[in-house]
Parts: sequence; structure tokens; C-alpha cells
Amino acid sequence: MDIHEYQSKEILADYGVPIGKGGLAYSPEQAAYRAIEIGGEVWVVKAQIHSGARGKAGGIKVCKTEDEVSKAAEELLGAKLITHQTGPQGKICHRLYIEAGCNIEREIYLAFVLDRANESVTVVASAEGGMEIEELAVTKPESIIKIAVEAAVGMQPFQAREIAFALGLDKSQVNQAVTTILGCYRAMRDLDATMVEINPLVVTKEGNIMAVDAKMGFDDNALFRHSNIAELRDKSQEDAREMRAADRGLSYVGLDGNIGCIINGAGLAMATMDMIMHAGGEPANFLDIGGGASPERTTKAFNLVLSDDKVECILVNIFAGINRCDWIAEGVVQAVQQIDLKVPLVVRLSGTNVEEGRKILIDSGLPIIMADTLKEAADKAVAVWKETTGK
Amino acid sequence: MAIHLDENTKVLVQGFTGQIGSFHATDMIKYGTNVVGGVTPGKGGTKHLDKPVFNTMKEAVEATEADASIIFVPPPFAADSIMEAADAGIRYCVAITDGIPSQDMIRVKRYMRRYRSDSKMILTGPNCAGSISPGKCMMGIMPGHIYLQGNVGIVGRSGTLGYEAASQMKDVGIGVSSSIGIGGDPINGSSFRDHLAAFEEDDQTDAVVIIGEIGGPQEVDAAMWAKENMSKPVIGYVAGLTAPKGRRMGHAGAIISAVGESAAEKVEILQECGVHVVPNPSSFASVVQEVLAKVS
Repeated sequence: MDIHEYQSKEILADYGVPIGKGGLAYSPEQAAYRAIEIGGEVWVVKAQIHSGARGKAGGIKVCKTEDEVSKAAEELLGAKLITHQTGPQGKICHRLYIEAGCNIEREIYLAFVLDRANESVTVVASAEGGMEIEELAVTKPESIIKIAVEAAVGMQPFQAREIAFALGLDKSQVNQAVTTILGCYRAMRDLDATMVEINPLVVTKEGNIMAVDAKMGFDDNALFRHSNIAELRDKSQEDAREMRAADRGLSYVGLDGNIGCIINGAGLAMATMDMIMHAGGEPANFLDIGGGASPERTTKAFNLVLSDDKVECILVNIFAGINRCDWIAEGVVQAVQQIDLKVPLVVRLSGTNVEEGRKILIDSGLPIIMADTLKEAADKAVAVWKETTGK
Repeated sequence: MAIHLDENTKVLVQGFTGQIGSFHATDMIKYGTNVVGGVTPGKGGTKHLDKPVFNTMKEAVEATEADASIIFVPPPFAADSIMEAADAGIRYCVAITDGIPSQDMIRVKRYMRRYRSDSKMILTGPNCAGSISPGKCMMGIMPGHIYLQGNVGIVGRSGTLGYEAASQMKDVGIGVSSSIGIGGDPINGSSFRDHLAAFEEDDQTDAVVIIGEIGGPQEVDAAMWAKENMSKPVIGYVAGLTAPKGRRMGHAGAIISAVGESAAEKVEILQECGVHVVPNPSSFASVVQEVLAKVS
């Protein structure tokens, strides 16, 4: 789960990470009021969306008067921002964070990630802040500092010092940097975060360290023990269909093709999508209905797939282990009858109780195209899609 | 022979009396697995499915001389159960549980470093379908009847895709020595490479199929290791050619977050390392058949 910049900053401030003065606004009036409250002569109005690279998308505006703050707020609230992380559909901004501007001397990149390769929390830092890490890895790989944290004892001050000195910080700034680095680590560990990114961490002209941006992601599997973090979820930033799927115990990712997929198991789902592509079609979605799929859940899966207008054909591929083919077949028949399905349907069943399942589908008299193997299923789905749409 | 589990393996079920544990323990017993008992804290001294129930793993191992365990404990408590199994002297452990926090798994892995490599428990999973040595022992939630006994090893992240491969092979008469699920999580107990090493030493395995997917460095690691260390042919498939970057495809581990983690990139490296790549998921059987023909 991702959270907003202002939420990340509030959390990190509790762990001793220095942040600027700032406040949240839901309206232009509130934004101007926040600016007065904060004081100073320069403010930054920042769109709160779950994405990086907001600056390039016009989501961050530097203002010199309260009027400008109010105008910037009016522009940003309700606006759709498109970054390379949001995809072409973009994300809508509903909240703003108004922050005091600061005099930046230099920018640093600092991030904490769960590193799969060495199975630990790893700190990634670079003296070249402001750029994105993917970009840095390509253009200035030698500037990247990496330190793995030993899980049994946690991060040690010497490791933070090593990073601070490697970043070329002045000795008067090293202590502040160490506090910041250790604070981020403790927040990550205590709250089961999967990622903490401060880009940039700046050194101000006055010589202070400050987090100008902050991003945190959390392990969904650990939210059960962090109800205060779970509450920070902003559903407006998530894909509506994916969220509806998750609420129904289904795992769904929308894609660009026309062949809707209903499959059990994440690996088999990806493989079936690959097979559709191999047969000359394109999948409209990833959908894993999981183990023990009841007829009700199967119906929900059909509704979800059909809520995408692009879907012109549906392929069901079930390899039943914990599932039973007869249950799935009943679910398919129920769903088709309830929904009054208008697009062609191809079903492939395999595994536990496969004969019973096939019999139910055939006896239903519905125009279901049956397939025995994965290849046959994908071929038939693509063929019938081409036939009916003339594509 | 087979790897990790066979007809002599004595299995304990952790989370034995729960609904899911009971359901799959029943299936495992029906398949012929030697389930010697189970553990549910607070229910020690009772019987379940005609087998003894214990309060702790230590007691259970002492009384039954079990050397393997399978875990159906809910996610908040599963990491604890894995460490309990390791401490009780279990040799092979399968963690079925889906949804264990990543940092819990980091702690589990760190905890297990206290054992010498020759006495260290082998952990597979979490979030996997389990392991099976067809005709000998099943520790998992798979439909046992789709596996034919034979000479090909399977290691895979996905459960149902592993079923797909095994059943395609069965249809053309190719059997499996052992099939090991390593699970779909970002941090798991053992990797492709660990099991490739075991298959290399197993005299009844002639070739190994690895079934990977997008995300993480494991498939590439395994292929590079195999190139240097394996005499037996390795066949590989990587699911997720159509998967977009940065989106999690069902499994917590199936997300492309770094360079080299997409299916296309992995396939390329696998090929360079001499792995026989299965071009699409309907060709498992035909590629394995070709490779086996060359071996014999």
C-alpha cells in the first residue's frame, strides 16, 4: 500500500527526520490560509497523488504570494496528473500539501528498500539527488552507495556515518544526516514498510539537512498489525476495478487487450495471457480467482471482467487442485444465465472432477466453446474473437 | 530416489486441527503420505484424523521421530511456526501459508543462519502448493493424480502452472521424480538454485524443469549456477511476457521492479546459459521430450 507525501513526512518526522513547515489543504481558500499560517515569502504547492515525478507533470508549483498559492491550488485540485508511473489514465489530485520553500544548496538521493537478492533492508544513496534512481543507475552508476542492514541487530550508527561521509557531507551536517538515516530505517522496520524514499534530501543554504519529498510503501501482508497505517489508505488513488476485485477476494490487473481472462493461480494466469499473445490476441486483464472458488465468486469474476468495455471475448482457464471443476462449471453456467452474456465464451477445465464439470457445461445448452488444452483454449478464443469482431 | 521427500519421510502437520490443515492432511494421508501427527498449541494429548496432536514441535518430534513438517498456520503466526520447526530438528519443511509479512521472512532466514549447513532445515515456500515425489509422498495441496512417477524434476514458483506442466508431461508418458514448489513470495525459504543442486545429485532424475515468472533475480541466478555446475539438462519457462512494469501480478513476488526482471530479459539470459527454453506454456511436454531423447 502506498501513502501520500504529507503522510510519509508526518510519520518520518516522528522518527526524527527533519521536514519543513507545511499543512494540508482541500480548497484554494484553505491553501491560502495555510500559506499565511506557515509564514515566509515562498511556498510550494504540491499535488498529493500516489506517484513520483509530479514536478514534470506540473503537480508542483512554487508561489511567491498568497494569491498565487490560491490560484495554483485552484488549478491542481481536481486535475488529472499523468506521470510515467500513473500510466496514461493518470491520477486525480484531491489534496494539496502547502510547504515553506527552502534555499537548496545541494540535493541528495536516499532510499530504503527490501532487497530480494540479499534478503535484507538495503540503503541506497547518491550525491546526485533530484534525479530518479532508474535514471541514476544508467547515467551515474558509480555515484550509487549501497549498504545492506543485518536484520538481527538492525542498522548501526557506523553504517549511517559511512553513508553520510560517502555523500561528501560537511562534518557539521553528518550528525543530522545520521539521525535522518537511522530514523528512516527505524520507521521502515517498525511499520513494515517495503520502501522509504527521500528524493531529494537537501542541504539548505543555511547548512541544514531536510527531507523535501518523501514516499513510503507498506507491506499489505503486515497491515493487520498496523491499523494506524491501514487507515492512511486513499482509495481515490487506486484503480477502481482493482480495488473492487480485492474486496471480493480476487486479484485483478487491467490491461489493454480485448480478451477477458478468468483463471486460477497467478502463474497460470500469466502463462495463459502469454498463450493468448502467442495465438495472436491480446489479454484485457490479469485475474486470479484463487483456490476454493464458489459459484458466487465465479459470477463476481465475470461481472468484473465485463465491466471493462473493451472485452469482446472471455477465456476461462481452470486447473483445479483445491478447486473442483464441477463447482467452477456451475458458477460459469449461473453467471452466464444471470448476466445474459453477449460475448463469446471459451472454457477450459482440467484437474479434479473434470468430467463432471464438462458435463454440466454441455448439459446447460449454453453456447460455450469447450477446449481440452491450454493451447486449444487460447487458439479458439483468439479465433472466435477475430471472427465476431472482424479484427 | 527422489529429492527431499519419499516413502520413508515422516510428516507432521503444523496447524493440524484447523479447517484447511484437516482438509489437506486428509488428502495427503489418502495419497499415502506417512503423516505421523500434528501440532496445535493447546490441543496436545488429543487425537485428530486418528493421529496424535501435540502442543509443541519439540514434543511432537520426540514422540514420532518425524523429519518433515508442513505448515498451514495463519499468516500472523506462520513465521514463528517455521522457526519452531527448525529448532525442533525438522529436516524438510513446506510452508503453504500465503500472506506472511516480508520482514517476518527476513527474520526467519536470519534465524536459520544459526544452524550449520549440514544440519540446517530446508524450507520451501511460503505461499506455495507444496512438494510431491509421485507415488511416494505428497506434502502439499496439489491434485496428486496428475503426476506420473518418473525421471524429471520440477521446481516452480506457481502452483497451478506446475500442475499444467506435470499434466502435459503425463499425457505423453513422462513422469516426475520430485516436484518442488518454492512459492510466489519475494523472500522465500529456498531458491531454484538450492533445488537444482539436489536434483543434480539425485540418480533418478535425468533432467530438471524450472518454472519461473517475472520479478526477482532467482531464475537468472539458477541458470548461471547451472551453467557452471550441472551435468543434467535444465529446461526453463518464464511466465509473464504480457505483464506491465511495476504492477503486481497476483503473487507478491511477481512484480517487475528492476532491470533484468521481465520475462523477456530472463528468457534471454536463460538461453545464454544453455537452458532449454520452453517458448510457450503449451510446449512443456514437447521440449522435455526432445531434451530427454538427447540424454538417452
